[in-house]
Amino acid sequence: MASLWQYANPQKFLAVSRAVLPFVAGGAAICLVVGLVWGFFFTPDDYKQGSTVKIIYLHVPAALMAINAWLMMLVASLIWLVRRHHVSALAAKAAAPIGITMTVIALVTGAIWGEPMWGTYWAWDPRLTSFLILFLFYLGYSALWQAIESPDAAADLTSVLCMVGSVFAILSRYAVNFWNQGLHQGASLSLDKEENVSDVFYLPLLVCIAGFILLFVALVLLRTQTEIRQRQLKALEARERMA
Amino acid sequence: MIALFWRDMRLAMRAGGGFGLGLSFFLILTVLVPFGVGPQSEILSVIAPGILWVGALLACLLSLDRIFALDFEDGSLDLLATAPIPLEGVVAMKAAAHWVTTGLPLVIAAPVLGVLLHLEGGAVRWLILGLIIGTPALSMIGAFGAGLTVGLKRGGLLMSLLVLPLYVPTLIFGAEVVKRGALGMEVQGVILILTAITLAVWALLPFAAAAALRINLR
Repeated sequence: MASLWQYANPQKFLAVSRAVLPFVAGGAAICLVVGLVWGFFFTPDDYKQGSTVKIIYLHVPAALMAINAWLMMLVASLIWLVRRHHVSALAAKAAAPIGITMTVIALVTGAIWGEPMWGTYWAWDPRLTSFLILFLFYLGYSALWQAIESPDAAADLTSVLCMVGSVFAILSRYAVNFWNQGLHQGASLSLDKEENVSDVFYLPLLVCIAGFILLFVALVLLRTQTEIRQRQLKALEARERMA
Repeated sequence: MIALFWRDMRLAMRAGGGFGLGLSFFLILTVLVPFGVGPQSEILSVIAPGILWVGALLACLLSLDRIFALDFEDGSLDLLATAPIPLEGVVAMKAAAHWVTTGLPLVIAAPVLGVLLHLEGGAVRWLILGLIIGTPALSMIGAFGAGLTVGLKRGGLLMSLLVLPLYVPTLIFGAEVVKRGALGMEVQGVILILTAITLAVWALLPFAAAAALRINLR
């Protein structure tokens, strides 16, 4: 009976992802090139923010993917804990560095955007602070994977960390909102101010978001393949040593 | 389970137990801050509550790897895991002993050290209240982090990386209690949220920590 779970079999997963990867990667490349070129070069300057607002085409998709990567890791961790599919655990492990990179891109592009906008590279705005905390959670997750030798124990412990971390990430998000509102409603620094009401800005943004999603999927597929092959290699080496 | 609590307390109080370690670290940190920031009392009194809270966090962190690692190394943790008491209960009792030997002394020391940092008189009671409510959460969150890294040789730094981001909500609301209380603002909501975090952590994290310990004990 064919179902999604058949891809828990590493060989089936490798076969399918090898077939699918060129299309996903190609789609990602097309969307990214079209979206970024369109957004950076073919949209008019914003009347208020000038041309610096165009960094939004990198910033917003990266920020979206940073959070979605963590959600994907959470789901994959739950699948590992419940159904013990190694492919799922390895997919979560594979997604972490991509999530880290997306978070860094979001933070750095945000800083580059912030300098001309607010006159500062950094502000302890709730959103920025939440992203910094998310970055720390990612680092801890990856560090735990590296630190533990037994792959199954590592998968289990990082899954538990992912789940507890998700609860605390949401809690921190609201705590930080609370922390920064205080007496001063300094929220003139709202990053989701809809400058993009008109389609002129919005459509390229959608294309860029699609591009980043496809890029994430392609990279996760590729890295999961690598992780699976690495495990197979280790098993072969172990068998060699015992023979 | 109570016997386990008293055992851990006795072990912590003995010579090699590191009872004074957290307090000493707290003191040293409080002494170092004016060297770094400058001795003007206006500046110090503004940052005093924050420094004391961060110092409490770090001092808690220092003694956390003692919770499970020592028992793990000599095999007592295996015995505790197979004992007739639930492993979640073991975690809770160890975290409780950690709080009494580390968190509670910090709460008592905080106003004293606050004098060094020119902590405002009005802020002292809010600091104590926030610390009393918040430090148990620190102990339990730390127990979870210790459970994750119990098998590792040099897991201390990794544990800090895992645990400190989890401390952020407690730190935020604890510092808010002091800030708002000192200004005379409405503080009840913040105290309730801080209490909620502590209670939720104590209700739920023992299960996560016990799961982590079982994984490491395999």
